Amino acid sequence: MGGIPHDHYEPNSRGEKWLHRRLPIVGLMYDTLMIPTPKNLNWMWIWGIVLVFCLVMQIATGVLLVMHYTPHVDMAFASVEHIMRNVNGGWAIRYIHQNGASLFFIAVYLHIFRGLYYGSYKAPREVTWIIGMLIYVLMMGTAFMGYVLPWGQMSFWGATVITGLFGAIPFIGEGIQTWLLGGPAVDNATLNRFLSLHYLLPFLILGLVIVHVWAFHTTGNNNPTGVEVRRTSKAEAEKDTLPFWPYFVIKDLFALVVILVAFFAVVGFMPNFLGHPDNYIEANPLATPAHIVPEWYFLPFYAILRAFDQEVWVVIAANFLTGGIVDAKFFGVVAMFGAIVVMALAPWLDTSSVRSGRYRPMFKMWFWVFIVNFFVLMWVGARPAEGIYPYIALIGSTYWFAYFLVILPLLGVIEKPLPQPSTIEEDFNDHYGGDHGTPGSGSAAKAPTPAE
Amino acid sequence: MFRKLAISAVAALALTSGAAHAAGGAGEVTNYDFSFEGPFGTFDQDQLQRGLQVYTEICSGCHGLQYVPLRTLSDEGGIGWTEEEVLAYIDQNFIEVYDEDLQDWRLAIPNDNFPVNDGVGAPDLSLMAKARTGFSGPYGLAINPLINGIGGPEYIASLLTHYTGEEVEQYGSFLYVNETMEGGLISMAPPLWDDAVEYADGTPATVDQMAQDVAAFLMWTAEPHMMARKQMGFLAVIVLGIFSVLLYLTNKRLWAPVKARAKGQQPAE
Repeated sequence: MGGIPHDHYEPNSRGEKWLHRRLPIVGLMYDTLMIPTPKNLNWMWIWGIVLVFCLVMQIATGVLLVMHYTPHVDMAFASVEHIMRNVNGGWAIRYIHQNGASLFFIAVYLHIFRGLYYGSYKAPREVTWIIGMLIYVLMMGTAFMGYVLPWGQMSFWGATVITGLFGAIPFIGEGIQTWLLGGPAVDNATLNRFLSLHYLLPFLILGLVIVHVWAFHTTGNNNPTGVEVRRTSKAEAEKDTLPFWPYFVIKDLFALVVILVAFFAVVGFMPNFLGHPDNYIEANPLATPAHIVPEWYFLPFYAILRAFDQEVWVVIAANFLTGGIVDAKFFGVVAMFGAIVVMALAPWLDTSSVRSGRYRPMFKMWFWVFIVNFFVLMWVGARPAEGIYPYIALIGSTYWFAYFLVILPLLGVIEKPLPQPSTIEEDFNDHYGGDHGTPGSGSAAKAPTPAE
Repeated sequence: MFRKLAISAVAALALTSGAAHAAGGAGEVTNYDFSFEGPFGTFDQDQLQRGLQVYTEICSGCHGLQYVPLRTLSDEGGIGWTEEEVLAYIDQNFIEVYDEDLQDWRLAIPNDNFPVNDGVGAPDLSLMAKARTGFSGPYGLAINPLINGIGGPEYIASLLTHYTGEEVEQYGSFLYVNETMEGGLISMAPPLWDDAVEYADGTPATVDQMAQDVAAFLMWTAEPHMMARKQMGFLAVIVLGIFSVLLYLTNKRLWAPVKARAKGQQPAE
């Protein structure tokens, strides 16, 4: 597996040889675990492991929760309280599952931002990126349906609002909405299918994760320099890389445990901080909450959804040009899904031949604006849609699209990139080499000698 | 890069839970000091018992606690009664539940929950302390709830003490002006007055005292395993903390030769 030359598994004992001839599973595991990994990976390359851990943790706690949960509109809320009060350790399992979703999304956003900054999406890793985006979309679907299951007020009204988005599709929308809900409104049929899908989708994610890992094991990891590992010979490749085990396994485990310290502090001391208090009120179709807000991880996209109201000129223009078929609501829905689509298309929208943002002075600036804008959108998504907030949301949404559709394509043409190191080894030695720790000596003093 | 991202991630955590608290929209909330606040806080058993007394003698007239099993009154880390005391409580207060099989009311057993009480449409109080927020903002940034806690019990205690004494008639029913209630009007008449109950431990039963006691009790009904939860938090943080130090040292040692080679390689090769 993989284009980077390295040692492969050799069965030694008779038993190993016997198995290897029939099923080379040990070899597959060996090659996966020993994959040559660029030795200059920084701490932003730990999120993948954190994400795998999150997926396993969510599946494990979820399997336990479903043993005690009742998917019925009259009993769901009470069954969650039964878990919280009467099931041994049920409160812990449930709070871990609930906050685990937040950890999952923190990790996935940092993972995505790392990819965007270091150009991990660029050739030849487009397929890895696309699969990653698919996983992300499935994660959002899973999280959304999971949030409906406790059958609190926000569960119910969140489900009503989000499934209502499909109703905004011209002509066929209402039919689709009814089909998704299993009836004219969010009800028992909806709850049942959401549980079924909430249980199914994580296993699809698991499958896609395997494909995701397979894809980047084929291309090799990206790294902070964006410079490819040398692959002309095994000796040269070994100068740029270290085997995943033990070097990166231990490093990633260390990072994971530090993150888990923070995670368990949240679970132990403020498990409801990220939740909505209204979800401790049983769902009531007759009482609409004052503000319906999604979970924090959906807020940037919720802001984009709401940004395009009927007073925005593009919406008016779209409405006029389509003869009223595309109204503000549908436009918002298209914008929300479009925001993810343009991100998925980043490999083809970014025209720069330089992979890593480290060597792209102008890109760096626009990238950090993009990050700040993400948090601004998140914040404004939770504010009521009145006063100044819709304008902030509109500016933020415009920047989101401009970043992918205008800035990334243009930068590749107008930007003058900085010189890149010729090899990963050079970058690594620069970092840990002679002047490391001596203050004052600039990088100009170094004389990297990669090929000597 | 990753440092900046880590900072923004923490900021995001604080900022985004603004969503959670944006909707609270409570009026005036006093920041009472409860014994169970903070990572080291514990329930005050005497206060919980006083709060239960206030609930039993006053609130239970209109409000139920349908998710709280009576037997949990003898759980550790909460009210902490003996099983006999639970039985005596049921007996003395003549707590009855509706039995589906008998199709009639019967005296409760410890395995039953507190009865449902929706006679006058008053909300169930089991989860009230988690279903309300006392603190929010500023500007949806969730800094106040991060510092002061989400403030459910503070909201409850404030609601009980922030009646102005005025009444308003709306559509033929009387509403009471309350500075904590969103919108300022509440259909519940001021439920507490000085010495409305007589505490066995001699604590003066002022309105403020009773409000805080019942709020603390309702925090327990909403989160009966809070003490166990914090213990788990400490255990996990300490064990994982030690584990992280060990992994840090392992990682450092593992990478030391690689980094040393990076230093020494330039003259050597």
